[in-house]
Amino acid sequence: MLEIRDLHVQFHNRDREAVAGISLTIRDGEILGLVGESGSGKTVTAMSIAGLLPRKQCDYQGDILLDGDDLLHAQRALLRQMHGKKIGVVFQDPMSAMDPLMKVGEQVAEVLRIHTDMDAAQRRAEAVRAMALVELQDPESLYDKYPHELSGGMQQRAMIASAIVIRPSLLLLDEPTTALDVTIQAQILELLKKLNREEHISMLFISHNLNVVRKLCARVAVMQRGLIVEEGETEKIFRHPQHPYTKHLIEAIPTRESARRVKGERRAKKAAEATAAAKAAQGAAPSASAASAETREEGGIR
Amino acid sequence: MKSAAKRAGLCIVTMLIVSFLAYAAFALISGDPAQTLLGTDATPERLEQMRHQLGLDQPFMVRYLKWLLGFFTGDLGISYSYRQTVWSLIAPKIEVTLCMALISFVVIVAISIPAGILAAQRSNGKSGLLSTGLIQLGMAVPPFFTGILVSWGCGIVMKWFTPGDFPGLHSAKAATALRHLFFAAVCIAIPRIAMTVRMLRSTVIGEMNRSYVRTAISRGNDRRGVFLRHVLKNSLVPTVTFLAQTMAEIVGGSIVVEQVFGIPGIGRLLVASISNRDYPVVQALVVIMAFWVVLAGTAADLINQRIDPRLRLGGGE
Repeated sequence: MLEIRDLHVQFHNRDREAVAGISLTIRDGEILGLVGESGSGKTVTAMSIAGLLPRKQCDYQGDILLDGDDLLHAQRALLRQMHGKKIGVVFQDPMSAMDPLMKVGEQVAEVLRIHTDMDAAQRRAEAVRAMALVELQDPESLYDKYPHELSGGMQQRAMIASAIVIRPSLLLLDEPTTALDVTIQAQILELLKKLNREEHISMLFISHNLNVVRKLCARVAVMQRGLIVEEGETEKIFRHPQHPYTKHLIEAIPTRESARRVKGERRAKKAAEATAAAKAAQGAAPSASAASAETREEGGIR
Repeated sequence: MKSAAKRAGLCIVTMLIVSFLAYAAFALISGDPAQTLLGTDATPERLEQMRHQLGLDQPFMVRYLKWLLGFFTGDLGISYSYRQTVWSLIAPKIEVTLCMALISFVVIVAISIPAGILAAQRSNGKSGLLSTGLIQLGMAVPPFFTGILVSWGCGIVMKWFTPGDFPGLHSAKAATALRHLFFAAVCIAIPRIAMTVRMLRSTVIGEMNRSYVRTAISRGNDRRGVFLRHVLKNSLVPTVTFLAQTMAEIVGGSIVVEQVFGIPGIGRLLVASISNRDYPVVQALVVIMAFWVVLAGTAADLINQRIDPRLRLGGGE
């Protein structure tokens, strides 16, 4: 349904291309993961799809086709028809992505206001329905609340509601869980899975967190320095990463063993420092104190 | 609306403190008003009698409270140099200055808000340079100088009004009086317009770069929608605060311009009363001007609480 062909994006104030020729396909009804470290070009890719590139400040070429319609070179007026209606976007930090002076419900309903001719009551009903769909408690009363009255998780749910209220065919999620704590993150992932399954919304999920991608996406593309270095089924890539960068990323995921190893190293380092400090404090005194002996012993245990 | 009541209460407390400080300061420095009124050759008995008449033999707090009450009853004592009650002296002048301040304020708002928004939309290239230049020019030229230019150009050459001859608001020539005030008001307004445009331009540009604008665009808003539905309201709070400050400063700025245009407002009276050591008048004017500033600030806060729900909780969460 979405096809990116040889996309290049070069910002005028940078030496290197932000996106250096990538091709990517999102199939109908799937969640594609896009991983990479910051600066790898994943967000620029998403912004190109969403038509949010500052066109005057960059050069771009290639094709982005959504159900056959060109997105990259389309006129602004045409793009505005796509925005919200066919493509919904959820950003990283819900607090700043919401207008602080507009009621939550009105923000959810704004897409309807722009793209449909529903009256206020219909818009409200639709917004409340979407807010219920993203499992916000008591959506009717949340409608009239302001963003600062909601928790971070609720704000992100509301942002998702505003992105799906008109049932777009594609949802772009740019690090939607990064600003949230781990339990809320897990809940949001479950919600996205449900929306994908029940509402048949295709998604592009951008993250630097491989664990999250592994939980959510059947297919994943790995980006580095503006290029896609590896692409395929998530599990296959996790088991047998081909590209050295992917291997590197996977090794960087903390596991129980690695966590224990890091902890041990940290403790040893601390003990060594304590010993050195104790020795310095005692100066030339030959007999080590009981305390420093103890720390040395502890440092020996791994 | 609990926070609004709280804000109003705070306003009253501030006003009480200001009035007390003003009264105490002048009570400390003023010397002997009876002597001032009667002159150096007055007999001790006449002085004593006068002090009693002025209530100076009463304790300080009693005098202060009586004076404070005077703001409601209109009895603020007697002017030393004009030998009439302070209230009858200042009331018509307040009317004139207030009228000029309001005209000036309307001019500022009517010009600087559209101009500021326009300057924000066209902040690049030649039009950006032009607006920056105009802003610099407007802020650099002091009102007394534009006042002299306008008096000469519009007054003496074009004969739209007669500088120095202010007919009074309640005379038969009230329209002429208003025209006179208008030219003075414009001179006060020019630097404030420049400042407001600059403030508004940077506020709107700052808001345009916020994340919620990107969200609004991603929903399919056009420029107009982004601006009218989101940016405008978010730019309003700093603007209201700034305009309240302007409202307060117009009255201060009127002191000089009233001199230039020969307008009998409180600015001129204040200058004359200070040089005459006419303390009852100075006291009353200082407090009235302070009230004006406090009132403008309170009004701005109340309006902002209506605009921004985050301010309704009395700061913080």
